[in-house]
This record gives sequence, C-alpha cells and structure tokens, in this order.
Amino acid sequence: MARNILVIGELDGGALSSTTAELVGGASRLADGGQVSVTLTGAGASGQTDAAFAAGADRAFVNDDATYDEFRSDQWVGAAEQAIDQSAPDVILIAQSIVGRDLGPRLAFRRDTAVAMDCVSIEDSGGAFRATRPCYGGNAQATYAFATSPAIATVRAKSQEPLDPPREGASGEVVELSGAGESRAEIVGREAAVAEGLQLQDAPVVVSGGRGLGAPEGFGLVEELAEAIGTDKAAVGSSRAACDLGWYPPSQQVGLTGKVVTPDLYIAIAISGASQHMAGCSGSKTIIAINKDPEANIFKAARYGIVGDYKEVLPPLIEAVKNLD
Amino acid sequence: MHFVVCAKQIPDPETPPSAFRIDEANNEVIPAPGISPVLSQFDGMAAEAALRIIEAAGEGKITVISLGQESAQAAIKQVLAMGADEGILLEDDALQGGDSYTTARTLAAAIEKLGDVDAVFCGRQAADWDMGQVGLGLAELLGWPSAIIAKDVQIENGTMHVQRVLADGFETVALPLPAVVTISNEIGDPRYPKLQQIMRAARKTVNRWSAEDLGLDPSTVGDAGARLKLERLFIPELGGDVEIMEGESAEEQAQNLATTLREAKVL
Ligand SMILES: Cc1cc2nc3c(=O)[nH]c(=O)nc-3n(C[C@H](O)[C@H](O)[C@H](O)COP(=O)(O)OP(=O)(O)OC[C@H]3O[C@@H](n4cnc5c(N)ncnc54)[C@H](O)[C@@H]3O)c2cc1C
Repeated sequence: MARNILVIGELDGGALSSTTAELVGGASRLADGGQVSVTLTGAGASGQTDAAFAAGADRAFVNDDATYDEFRSDQWVGAAEQAIDQSAPDVILIAQSIVGRDLGPRLAFRRDTAVAMDCVSIEDSGGAFRATRPCYGGNAQATYAFATSPAIATVRAKSQEPLDPPREGASGEVVELSGAGESRAEIVGREAAVAEGLQLQDAPVVVSGGRGLGAPEGFGLVEELAEAIGTDKAAVGSSRAACDLGWYPPSQQVGLTGKVVTPDLYIAIAISGASQHMAGCSGSKTIIAINKDPEANIFKAARYGIVGDYKEVLPPLIEAVKNLD
Repeated sequence: MHFVVCAKQIPDPETPPSAFRIDEANNEVIPAPGISPVLSQFDGMAAEAALRIIEAAGEGKITVISLGQESAQAAIKQVLAMGADEGILLEDDALQGGDSYTTARTLAAAIEKLGDVDAVFCGRQAADWDMGQVGLGLAELLGWPSAIIAKDVQIENGTMHVQRVLADGFETVALPLPAVVTISNEIGDPRYPKLQQIMRAARKTVNRWSAEDLGLDPSTVGDAGARLKLERLFIPELGGDVEIMEGESAEEQAQNLATTLREAKVL
C-alpha cells in the first residue's frame, strides 16, 4: 500500500548523518509508491538536499538556522509539525538519538498519536505498518501495530540499510520551513567527554571489559589488546558495572543505557552478558567471550570463547595477535 | 516546593536471562518464581534527585504516584521510606494494561488534581518496557518544558538546571518551573532507607484514586485507550553457537583463538 513517509533528518558535522541516510533508504522501500520527505535543519542544511535525494528522498524541508545545531525540543517539534502539515505522512521515522529520544514522544503526544521507541525492524505486513523493538532489557522483543495515525517510530542506528547504490544525481522538491521559533529550555553549558581517537560506534572492533577485571588496572590489559589489534581498528568499551565502579569513563559504556555498537568483532572480557549489556552489542557480527565461568550467559551469544582467567589469557593473546601478519 | 515522583513496579530486570519466560499466547512475561517485583531502578534515582534538592533547600514536599495494581503499594512505600511525604496509588480495573499514552494521560490527570506541583521527576525509562516516553508525555499533556536523561538537577529561583547526558558529553539546560525531568543512572545510587524510616513508611496510608476520581473516561485509559497494539512478544534468538578454544594452557588457548580468528578472516 502506498504510504507517505516523513523522516526527521539529522546533520552530523554539517553533513547528512549516516543514520538519516539509512532511515531515508528504509523509508523509500516502505513507501511503496508514496512520497518520502525528509526535514533537514541546522547550519548548511540546504546544501545537503542532494545527498538526501540520492539517499532516496523525494522532498526536503529545510531550514538553515544554526540554532538547530543543538537540540531544543520546542524548536524541533515546531519544524516537524510544519513538515507534517505539508506532507500528511502515514509514518514518521526518527533516529533513536539524543534528538529522537526526546522528539519522538513529544511529537506523538503533540499530534495525538503514538510512537514506538528504539525499533530494530519496521515493516509492511499485510498493508499495515508494524514496528518491532527490544524490551525487558533486551530479554524480549515486541511487535506493535498502531491504532492512530501517523505512526511514529524511532529507529536504531544500523538497523536499516541505506540505498545501495545511492540514486546519484536524483533531484527532488525543496521546501523552506519558516522560522525556528522560541525555546523554553535554554542551553547554558556544555562539556565534552569523549575518548580520543576512534569512536566506539565507528570502530570495526570493540574490546570491552567488565566487573570481572577485579580492579581498574585490568583495563590496562584490555587496552593493550585493542592496541595490538590496531588503534585505527579497535576501540575500548566497558560494562555498566565497571563504569559505575568508576573503573572506566561512562562515555564508553556499552548497553541499553550506554552506547549501541555493531562492530564486525566484539570481544567481551570478564563480562557476564546480562541482557542489558547484550542490548548494546548483540548486533555485532562476531562476539568473542573470555570469562572464567563456563556457565556465563555471554557464551550463549558468543561465536568463539575461552574459559579462563583473563589475567592468564590476555598476555599470550596480545602476543599472538601481534604476531599475526 | 512540591515535587511529584512517578514510580513504577516492574519484574526484577536483573532476573537471570535463563529464568526469563514469556507466555506467547497472551503476550505476557511470566513472573520468575521466587523473584519479587521491584521499584524500577531509574524511578528510585528520580526520588533521589528530588530528595537531594529538598534537602539542600531545607523545605518542600514530595508526593509519590504509582499507576499499577495493589502490589505497587510496595514501590510507593519504598519511595516513602526514602523520604517522600505522601503516596497515591492510581488503581482501578479501567486503568489496568494500557501503553505509554494511557499511562502519561492517567498520571497527568493525577498531577492536575494535585494542582500545586512545581516539578515532576521520572526515571529515564521503565526498566521493563524500556520505552522512555512517559515523562515527555506528561510534559506535553501538562504543557510544561522538560529535559531527559539527567545526571544532575538543581533548582534556583524558580529555574531548574539539568545536566543532561549526551552521546559525547554533557549539556546543562535551564528550564522555567513547572517542568518535568527524567533521571538516568549517572546520578548515582539511590539511598537505602533506614529501618526506622521503613517502619514509618509502612504505617503511612497510601491514597487511592480511580479513573472516576481523576475524571477520566474509562474508554480513554487502560487497555481500552491504548494506541500501540502489542501483537507479539517473543524471546529473540541469540544464536551464538559457541566454539570454546581447546588447549592445555592459557597460552595454547590464546594461540588457538588468534589462529581461528585469522582463519575465519575475523582478524
Ligand atoms: C535498567 C538497567 C539498565 C542497564 N543498563 C546496562 C548497560 O547499558 N550496560 C551494561 O553493561 N549493563 C547494564 N545494566 C547492568 C546489567 O544488568 C549488569 O548488571 C551488568 O552488565 C554486569 O556487568 P558485568 O558483566 O561487568 O559484571 P558481572 O555481571 O559481575 O560479571 C562479571 C563477569 O566476570 C567474570 N569474571 C570474574 N573474574 C574473572 C577473571 N579473573 N577472568 C575472567 N572472567 C572473570 C565472571 O565470571 C562474570 O561472568 C543495566 C541494568 C539495569 C537494571
């Protein structure tokens, strides 16, 4: 069934974000002949319309106002409402990001409809739109249908494929959105807290340590393994238990309430594999577990494992990896 | 100052995955035998955030509200024992079931009935359905500003300062009161009530409000009013099919792992 879809786009460093390209790609498959619209707001937004058309959009709603570079709920809801009024969407897709976590529910309640958060699958089944999302800390998944319209879903990064190949040179309609409007919330401070170098979500390999390391020093070996794999390839993550103990910075937490990573290889060291941790790494292509407890849940998700004490396993593993040519 | 803390009782999210079961015919989680339901962790942290502000100010009152069944009294009592002043249970057949929309609608009606509320504190998400939308829904229905996923909250001269957790750092937002804030685990562990406080909380009466008390049409709340229709609840396949590395020593196992990864072209 043809349906109109509106994607709330985001810019990343002034360029169309990779998640927006994924959502627009997913939308163009779901639209089934309907129109795919995207909002692009923030400094340089109108320079990204071609990228959005190549990604699969038919129409772009733009506003170059730089106040959109930071997230202010009232302004983003305002822009989304204008785009909704002009595109009459049946479905609205938003990334499960800092923006989407706030905008999704705000917009759903403002427009008197409903949103499903953090969806990993969106589909047309029998002509109806359905969304599936993890719940119960990742122990379960739930599939929902919507009793109201438009149906809104916030969608997890990397769960939709971008168009491949993109529609290079495709054109579309550009519509200017009117002024950004007031915000009741005022941003009064900002503090960066990111690890140097390769970012967790971008790394093809993530090596994570947990409470079983026994002490913050344990992360020394975890970092050495990541370095042996390559500083341009591997980033270091951590379980929440290890972050809560102050052993590793919260910005590196993997899981339901931390970052969701989908690397080619995820190495979990002294991590039990609680569902809330797996919620952040179960999309990895290959998981390796190093744990002294053969019954640990992590082995149920892992492809390869070593049952043993990390203090004995890691030094020779670091050497063996260094010796791989 | 009068704060509301929203508290939900949920199946213990730390239930081992091996004990987690679903009744697929009814799309329900089967309570794990011997594991009691708990106050959703983030709601305890929301109570902690509200209490810290009231202690610093030296004045103020906290009302804890829970939408749930009779057993949710325990969640309310836990927040009372932490130091909240009054508890209200929203309990009624018409209010049972439902989704984030009906939950926010019911809680908003209770907050409006209280009338003089300056701020609402919620957890960032209930640790059962993990939706993370009730706090924002309340803000929208009440017409208030909001900030989500907070690691610190302060109130000064009618303005709420919220330090929010972002993907790459923190951001401080100023909001005029009344406002809604949702709290994340970065705020730190909630306090453990002392025995004396637990006993005092046990004696407190918890008020009960029904859909009628709240002036809510039964067709707009609970299961009848839900907008998200749960069609299927299932346990996803983890499908690891693990291969444990053989070896006499840790050295041998480590070498085998490195070789296997190279052969599988993983490294
Ligand atoms: C609502 C909610 C949200 C949550 N969000 C997250 C989240 O985002 N991320 C997250 O990670 N957790 C999260 N958690 C916490 C989660 O439930 C677990 O408590 C946590 O992941 C456990 O961390 P861990 O595996 O490091 O520690 P533990 O569970 O204590 O596991 C330690 C492991 O180390 C092994 N071990 C011990 N010593 C050694 C050794 N010498 N060598 C090798 N192995 C050893 C043990 O066998 C054990 O398996 C959340 C919980 C809740 C309730």
